[in-house]
Amino acid sequence: MVNVRPETKLEPWKDPAAEPYIRIERVTKKFGDFVAVDEVSLNIYRGEIFCLLGASGCGKTTLLRMLAGFEEPTAGRISIDGADMAGIPPYQRPVNMMFQSYALFPHMSVEQNVAFGLKQDRLPKAEIRERVAAILELVRMTGFSGRKPHQLSGGQRQRVALARSLVKQPKLLLLDEPLGALDKKLREHTQFELVNIQEKLGVTFVVVTHDQEEAMTLASRIGVMDHGKIVQVGTPSDIYEYPTSRFVADFVGSVNLFQGALVEDEPDYVRVASAELERPVYVNHGVSSPPDATVWVALRPEKIVIAREPPASLEDNCAEGVVQEIAYLGDVSVYLVKLKSGRTVRVTRPNMRRQSAAFDRITWDEQVWLSWDPSSPVVVTQ
Amino acid sequence: MIGRRSFLITTLMAFGFAFLYIPILSMIVYSFNESRLVTVWAGFSTKWYVELVQNEQILNAAKLSLQIAAINATGAVILGTLAGLALSRFRRFKGRTLMTGMTTAPLVMPEVITGLSLLLLFVAMEQVFGWPAGRGMTTITIAHMTFSMAYVTVVIQSRLSSLDESLEEAAMDLGAKPAKVFLLITLPIIFPAILAGWLLAFTLSWDDLVITSFVSGPGSSTLPLVIFSKVRLGVSPDINALATIMVTIVAIGIVSAGLYMQRQERRRERDIQAALAANQ
Repeated sequence: MVNVRPETKLEPWKDPAAEPYIRIERVTKKFGDFVAVDEVSLNIYRGEIFCLLGASGCGKTTLLRMLAGFEEPTAGRISIDGADMAGIPPYQRPVNMMFQSYALFPHMSVEQNVAFGLKQDRLPKAEIRERVAAILELVRMTGFSGRKPHQLSGGQRQRVALARSLVKQPKLLLLDEPLGALDKKLREHTQFELVNIQEKLGVTFVVVTHDQEEAMTLASRIGVMDHGKIVQVGTPSDIYEYPTSRFVADFVGSVNLFQGALVEDEPDYVRVASAELERPVYVNHGVSSPPDATVWVALRPEKIVIAREPPASLEDNCAEGVVQEIAYLGDVSVYLVKLKSGRTVRVTRPNMRRQSAAFDRITWDEQVWLSWDPSSPVVVTQ
Repeated sequence: MIGRRSFLITTLMAFGFAFLYIPILSMIVYSFNESRLVTVWAGFSTKWYVELVQNEQILNAAKLSLQIAAINATGAVILGTLAGLALSRFRRFKGRTLMTGMTTAPLVMPEVITGLSLLLLFVAMEQVFGWPAGRGMTTITIAHMTFSMAYVTVVIQSRLSSLDESLEEAAMDLGAKPAKVFLLITLPIIFPAILAGWLLAFTLSWDDLVITSFVSGPGSSTLPLVIFSKVRLGVSPDINALATIMVTIVAIGIVSAGLYMQRQERRRERDIQAALAANQ
């Protein structure tokens, strides 16, 4: 999960003077009794690729549709570029959307599809032709302008849909599961292309996805949604390395969660005792939690070291167990290790050497030691 | 085993076709009968066709039926499309369930009752507003529209509900106002359904007898009415000739529509194959 954007210093959310491009203020959407979006407040800045990440039915698509104008909020306010969007119909918003199904008009050719939006603005014919040709070149579909949508493959349709939503040069582009229908190889390739196009045109992207890998690759920031609420907003690495709740830790990537209690709570370190681990967990950064509260230690599988020999210090941050399962995935192997408490811990280990008979690797039913760095565990309180 | 099974299937199919088409076939054969007696074969002749073309009454009735069927089909398609749109695109409005029931009720209503109630309505309206003056082409057309609209509504509604709504949303998102979305996107896509609805309404009107008999007046006899009244006086071979012409026209229409659709489907499949091949 590499972030493809080279260290661009685009971090307007850290600048208190920066004016958000989209302001979502306490927006709620109800369908009958069902609350799809629950008092969501969010600021999105110009030039961002903001990903709304969540399981299906969490309200992310409803939120996107409210930005596009297909749904009106039940309560709350949405403003784009300083203008209140209440009561503004979709055809008057400075926003274009790329639909999950691509929604290409089946009775029109690729060229007519892309030109549709420009024709609605009554631009001169020569200009329409020019702009359509330019955008088709950008998405590398120049040779296909006379084809009908059903004569295109999935990846080609996706590019036409992208061209159609970009040709009007919207300031804000909404993408609903843009890569959902593509196979894995094509998806990876298209992710990079999307980011390149976004940087070239300087459009603000809001992307809805349930695929955390997609969100990690594309996003400048991710908003994780659950049951209509935004549970955490942050950069991909914030979300992955510093989840603020069990839900986020578990939803993004995989994680081992140990329930426990704070036994030492200092400003610069904490110690957590858990019944599932024999030794305490020492975390070298402070946490803010009410005293005596139940806490959970979140430990990513790739941050645990698995070895036959015990670590140097047996005081804390280690555990003894037996290998129960090994899943060989090619680039990494996943070990399920059963601790004395009965708890199973998931550990991943990169396969840095080629697997062969000569290589004596840790195998089933072996006694192993697990250990981790004091900076690795994250303590969450909810 | 396989031979016996295919024999069984062939027999069943032969019986099925015989059941459906022997009556029509015998009618066509007898339309070329020399004899006036319908049940006695007396040699080949086309004289009933000649007689038919000279029969003023039947020609006028056919013309009237065509006119009514065409006007009815057009009106029913407009009303049915509007009703279908309302039912499939506006999910929540007061009286939606009632409207669904009411628009499709004429499908199951006995024709006698529809005809009688329309007759009563037309008579009452004539007394109160003075319109429609008497029974005739206007009342027949209105009556036909009331029931054929229901069929069109069902056809259009089912097409609309399978139409991806995001197509319309995409058009709106690209700057088209709702009326334009309908004209540029929805209408062209559902056009085959509209055409099917038009043909359905046309045929329903073309061969309706029961309702028409209630609401027609003197001098406005449609073709089915004329045929029916003639047959009551005894089956005459020129009716056979007329029916043969009608069957031929319908058959040509159905076969050509079938061929056209088959060709379209083949082309579409070829295109999809080509697109997949190009992708690899």
